[in-house]
This record gives sequence, C-alpha cells and structure tokens, in this order.
Amino acid sequence: MSDVTTDDRARALDAAGCIGKPEMVAALQAELPHDIVLHDDESLRPFECDGLSAYRTLPMIAVLPATIEQVQTVMRICYEYDTPVVARGAGTGLSGGALPLERGVLLSLAKFNRILDVDTDNLRATVQPGVRNLAISQEVDHLGLYYAPDPSSQIACSIGGNVAENSGGVHCLKYGLTTHNIIKLEIVTVDGERLTIGSDALDSPGYDLLALMTGSEGLLGVIVEIVVKLLPKPELAQVAMVAFDDVRAAGDAVANIIKAGIVPAGLEMLDSPAIIATEEFVHAGYPTEAAAILLCEIDGTEAEVAEDIERVRQVVNDSGASDVRISKNDGERALFWAGRKAAFPAMGRISPDYYCMDGTIPRKALADVLIGIGELSKKYGQRVANVFHAGDGNLHPLILYDANNPGELERTEEFGGAICELCLKHGGTITGEHGVGVEKIDQMCVQFPKAELLQFHAVKAAFDDKTLLNPGKAVPTLHRCAEFGAMHVHHGEMPFPELERL
Amino acid sequence: MTSTVESQDQTDALAERIKQAHAAGTPIAIAGSGSKRFLGEPVDTSAHDTLDITAHRGIVSYEPGELVLTARAGTPLADIEAALTAEGQRLAFEPPHYGAGATLGGTIAAGVSGPARPYTGAARDFVLGTKIINGQGEILRFGGEVMKNVAGYDLSRLMAGAHGTLGVLLEISLKVLPTPRTQATRVFEHNAEQALAAFSSWAARPWPISATYWEAGRTYLRLSGATSSVDAAAQALGGEPVADDVDFWRGVREHERVFFTDGENALWRVSCAPAAPITELPGSLALDWGGAQRWRVTDAPAEAVRDAARLHGGHATLYRGDAHPRGQALAPALLAAHHRLKHAMDPAGILNPGRLIPEG
Repeated sequence: MSDVTTDDRARALDAAGCIGKPEMVAALQAELPHDIVLHDDESLRPFECDGLSAYRTLPMIAVLPATIEQVQTVMRICYEYDTPVVARGAGTGLSGGALPLERGVLLSLAKFNRILDVDTDNLRATVQPGVRNLAISQEVDHLGLYYAPDPSSQIACSIGGNVAENSGGVHCLKYGLTTHNIIKLEIVTVDGERLTIGSDALDSPGYDLLALMTGSEGLLGVIVEIVVKLLPKPELAQVAMVAFDDVRAAGDAVANIIKAGIVPAGLEMLDSPAIIATEEFVHAGYPTEAAAILLCEIDGTEAEVAEDIERVRQVVNDSGASDVRISKNDGERALFWAGRKAAFPAMGRISPDYYCMDGTIPRKALADVLIGIGELSKKYGQRVANVFHAGDGNLHPLILYDANNPGELERTEEFGGAICELCLKHGGTITGEHGVGVEKIDQMCVQFPKAELLQFHAVKAAFDDKTLLNPGKAVPTLHRCAEFGAMHVHHGEMPFPELERL
Repeated sequence: MTSTVESQDQTDALAERIKQAHAAGTPIAIAGSGSKRFLGEPVDTSAHDTLDITAHRGIVSYEPGELVLTARAGTPLADIEAALTAEGQRLAFEPPHYGAGATLGGTIAAGVSGPARPYTGAARDFVLGTKIINGQGEILRFGGEVMKNVAGYDLSRLMAGAHGTLGVLLEISLKVLPTPRTQATRVFEHNAEQALAAFSSWAARPWPISATYWEAGRTYLRLSGATSSVDAAAQALGGEPVADDVDFWRGVREHERVFFTDGENALWRVSCAPAAPITELPGSLALDWGGAQRWRVTDAPAEAVRDAARLHGGHATLYRGDAHPRGQALAPALLAAHHRLKHAMDPAGILNPGRLIPEG
C-alpha cells in the first residue's frame, strides 16, 4: 500500500493536475497513524482560519504529527504528489499566514509542545515549535531567567510561529526581535530532509541562514526545533505614565527620550480614543482628557532604574507633559500596563469588529502619520484607535467596523491599505511584526519594485523548487501586482506595463 | 582620524561593471581597503577583475533621534565612528578595524564584531537595511531605516558575513545606540577553567557586563552603563581596577596584544558555546566573548584544531598561517542549500567566487 506507483499517481490526478483528496488521504495514512490525518469537514473546521478570522478556507487535509520523522514523512509525500503545505503553530497570527489552502495539507505542530532542555551554563533553552512563548519564561522563572520577545499574544502564541513571523513585542527596542534571540533551528525541507541552521556557537560557517529563515512565514522550510537565548531577569522595572494635551508633543517626547541617551525597555503610546476605551474597560487610572499618553518602562539594576527614571521625568516635562506618574511598586506598574495590554479587547467592547494594522515608520514621523490617519478616518467615515510601540515607531491603528454592515469590511480593508501606503510615504514599512501573510500581499507590490520581488522568488525557489511551502503568502507574484495595480490606476500609470494581462 | 575625501555616489558605475561582468561571465573580486582580506579564502586576483568600492563613500543620512545611520559601503569606519561620537552614540557591536582604512562595507561583508558581541549583539543584529547590486547588476533595496520590518525575506541581514558573494554592498542602514555613560574594567586572577566558570555565573545575573576576556592567568571584566549601576556592580563583583581600559580593549579588539602578534605559529579563532569545556591543544589560549570566542596560537595541525572545535559543536577559522580551507567545511546538504542560494543571487557565479564557500 505504501508503494504507490507512478501510474497510480497519474490516475489520481484530476483535470487541473492536482491529486484527489481520497488518494492523498490514502497516501498519508499508508505511512502515518490514521488518527493524525484529519479529513472530514468537522475535524478540519478548527483549522479554517488563524487570528485574521475574516479569511477562512477549509484545508483538504490536516495532519498532526508528533515526531520530526512524521513531519519528514508528510513533507516527502506532499513533495511527491505536488501538494502544497501550510504549517501552523497556535494559529494566533494576525496576517493570515496560516490560512489553509483548499487543495493543500495543513500541518499542525500543536503536538510539538515540550521544552526539551534548559542549559543554565550557556543560558539557552531547546524547545519544540508548538511551545507557547510565555511557557518558556515560566519554565525558567525560578532560575531568575526569561525569554525576552513578548508579543501581546504571548500566553497563546507558539515559539515556532514567532520564528516564522520574526515576532516582536513591547520590549524590542532594548531586547530585539525574535531574530536577535534565537541561536539554532532544526528545519525540515520541502522534500523531507532535515537541516540544522545555526549552531551552538554565536556564529556559524557559511551564510546567515538563521536570519533568512526567521520571518520567512513558512515559505522556506518547516521549523521543528528551536534553541532560544535566555536572559537574566532585570532586578527592577519601573514605568512612567506620561500624559500630553497634544499628540505632536507626545511624538516629540519619544524622540527626546531617545536623544537623551536612554534606551527604555518599553515605550508605548495610546491616543485619545484608545485611552478612553481602555480606561472604561480596566480602570488603569489613565487620564481620559489627555490627547495621548506614553508608558515608558525602565529596567535594570536598582541604581540604574532610579537614575534613568528621573532623566525620563525631566525630558518629558521639558517636552510639555501635562502629567507624569511613576509606578511606586510592581502592583502599580502592572496597573499602568493593564490598560495597554487590554487595548484590543477594550475595542471589542465598543465595536463589533476591529481591524489591526501594523506599519512601522521613523519615530520623527509619528505625529504626522497620526494626524494623517485621523484625516483618513474622516474620509472613510470609520473610527480608529491608535496603540503604538512608539519606541520602535511601530503603529497598531485599530479600525473599528461592523462586518454585518454590507460593504464595511471591504471599506475597512481599503482604509487599512491607505494606512500602509501612508507609512511607506513616510519612509516606513507595511508590517513591523505581524507579517505579510495574505493580508498585506497587495501592499507588497507598493513597497517593493519588480526586481526585488523577483529576487525574493528566486530565493524561495532555492529552498522550494516546486513552490509548495505556504504558496500565495508573503511575496506576491508579478501577475498579482499587475492585477492589484489595475484596480488602483491613477493618472493612467500602470505598474508593470510590460506584463501581459490575462 | 577622519578622511578628507569627498562623498561620492558611484552606484551606476558599479552596477554597470557588474552587468558587463555578468554578461561576459568574468569573475569579480570586490575590494575595499583590504584590511579584512586575510579573512575567508584567498581570491585569485590574477584571474579576476577587481571592483574597488572605496570611492563609493559618504554618510547618506544620520539622525541621532532615530538611532539610525545610513552610509555608502566605501565609507571609512573611522568617519562613521567620528560622526557617531560627536552625537554621543556608537556602533554597539564594536567592529574590529584590522587596518587604518577599514570600510563599513568590508566590516559588514566580513560580519566581524568586537568584545561587546555576546552582550549587545553582532554586526548582523544591527543591520536594518541594505542597498546592493546582485550578480546580474540589478540595484536592489531590502529592509529599511526602521527598527522593525518583516516585509519580505530578511535579505539585508543575510548580507552580513556573506563576504560579498551574494551581492555588492552599496549602502547599509544600521541601528546605532547611545554610548554608555560610564565604563569600568576589573581584573581577577584565574586559571582558564575558573575564568569560564566566572563568565557563566556573571552572565546569569543582571549585571551591566559589556565584555569579558581571559589571557595568561587574568580575567578582565568590563562594565558599561549608568554610573550608579557600574559602580554598584564593580563593588559587588570585586577584582582590581584596570587603569587604561580603553587601550586594553582596543588591543583585544584589534589583535594588537602580544598574544596575537608574537611568534610564527598559526592563529586560530574557535567559535563555540560559551561554557564548552576547554580542549587540550599545544600552544597558548585566550578566551573572549564570555568563552564563546577562543583564540589559539598553535603549531597543531589544522585538522586537530578543527576536530577540537567540532567536539563541542563549534567551528574554527584560521586568522594567520597556512591551511586550506581557512574556515570549516559545511555538511553536504547545507552546502547544497548554500550553492542554490548563491545561484539565486548571483546566477553566473561572478561575485567573489570561492571566497566563502567552495564553488558548486
């Protein structure tokens, strides 16, 4: 049964050259335990979307392997049958990176949920990709250690997904992104080979494939094991909550803190709609009359925190702050953060749906972009609340909408696209930490010219010669860009005029 | 000392050279000042055309409030460091120059980092964006000038340490950081094993450590940060103060210390897990980067040095002496992936062929 001949394969293909579902199920079940190959609609339903739930597709088949060998088997069979594969961690991604394909296999790594080793001599942990981000820090907490990147979904998101998306979080400015906090990866290639990327050392011979794999959104390989860096927990952290009557003053204060030589552990900003909604929800003590607030966290040794928090107070006062409050203890610090952390659910209370954007801009453009988003909000007639990783210039405008109103989702997506393009105009990027996925694939056509996109495709082909790994995500085809451009023709300018149109 | 040569944009001329070389299949040896030529496999310059990038120089933009600097590849590292120092900022990976003319392009292409590497990050960690010429002579931009950017594959970081074999670096945008307000160095009497144990126990606590080094029975510990924090750590950790510590760390970074310059034996760099046990080899040993970078001056055969490195998951690179290859060979499946990636960026194989990996 496991030896399917070429003739069998040919007979199994449909008119479009794709293998039929029953044949694919049989091929997988021939070499894998039957209960890890899911194929009826009811069992497939939980995999139909990730955190970007506006997009839904039932996969043809879902497989839940428990060992690296099983992952290799799945990949080998899918490669043989030219069946695309979408890998999935916890499914919390916000850009549709784990959106299944209806003719594809959804490869869930949920069973890879063990922390395999904690090495206190070298300050690192070896973990499986399905381990939750926060579980790593919890596991090593008693050793006075933690894993630094902390995306806001950290109680649920998986470390494998973090690597695939190069996830950030609140503490990136000081502690870096996922790419700065991993040491080694085990991957399974599209044809089922196992490769070690990186090494036990701080660098490795050859190219920095660790950098290339991180943030590649599942398009270059399947991550099956990760060695992460652990850091000693800071002795102390204190947060300053600073209110401003004017958004521009708040934006300037961010730049002034950085110019003063301070590197805050976190530097977050909320605008007025976000302040009001979160304050009503969690009562963190935010001044609801403020135009913007900054949360500036300083961590380090006690002496260092005392020195720097006073400098922050001085800088923000000089920048025109209307109120400065400094946390007196961990309880108050947690309270100040509670509002920021509840920003998303708070929006869920005041609007049936919201759409989270993720542009990054140079810090100096913060105020201009905020004002620009306000103007777009008027134009589209939709409310927006803004929460930012201000220290990194990473914006999360939340567009409020009601999907039950006909046409409102489409208008929201168009609004979101306009925000992406506003970020590009100010020298920024369409995505700081959520990834491109399916969500921002059209905006990739605006961010990158043709030659860069072709170079991305050539790099993909070096790892995935049949384009089977998460196809259709992250990097648009030139054809797609031509179609997208056609919808946005202004002044008769067509992107890619040399491309043939179908 | 900063250079007086005016900034120049040679982008189009350089791209034209690569276009022609791609069409003719002529191999190109990319050259800066030559300060890091000793790293990587020698390129046979008699069979290659040389592409000199030193005239393509100048700081394109630098805004201290953004913590970002963008400069052309041929810009002398000394010019960049002078511009940063004037604003109280620095390159936090403390790149070694290995010569007066060191360029930014050569530094990133070689992917070299100084004593602060285990504590603040490597050259690759600070690369935010690059403008390159690929092997077909196309001018491409990846990444940007913002701190967080996950649009497209991270090809800009991939350029760090690729020795120009995937593209000619034109411009590099780097994250820069404020210079710590205070720095102090303490010295301790230790043997090598005691030094490794000390590195390990110090690293597990939130001390403001910025460099560690052991040589000839002495461990050196550098602390950097807020004045109060450095003073408190120095008091708690003990040791004796080192007076001229700026000179001391420059000597380590630039290999000016007698350990590196004395004698005729080969100088090897061994990169390994910081706490990996010390293997027996003849000659002398220095421990850098909290134990993760080890220097060996030895007459042991190349294979013995490589085997010792491999024993604990590390790898060895020759810095001075004769051996081939100078780096460590890749496993066959990994080498094949390298060849495919090289082909994707440089289909005719004309950029620094053989410098980093054997030709496929």
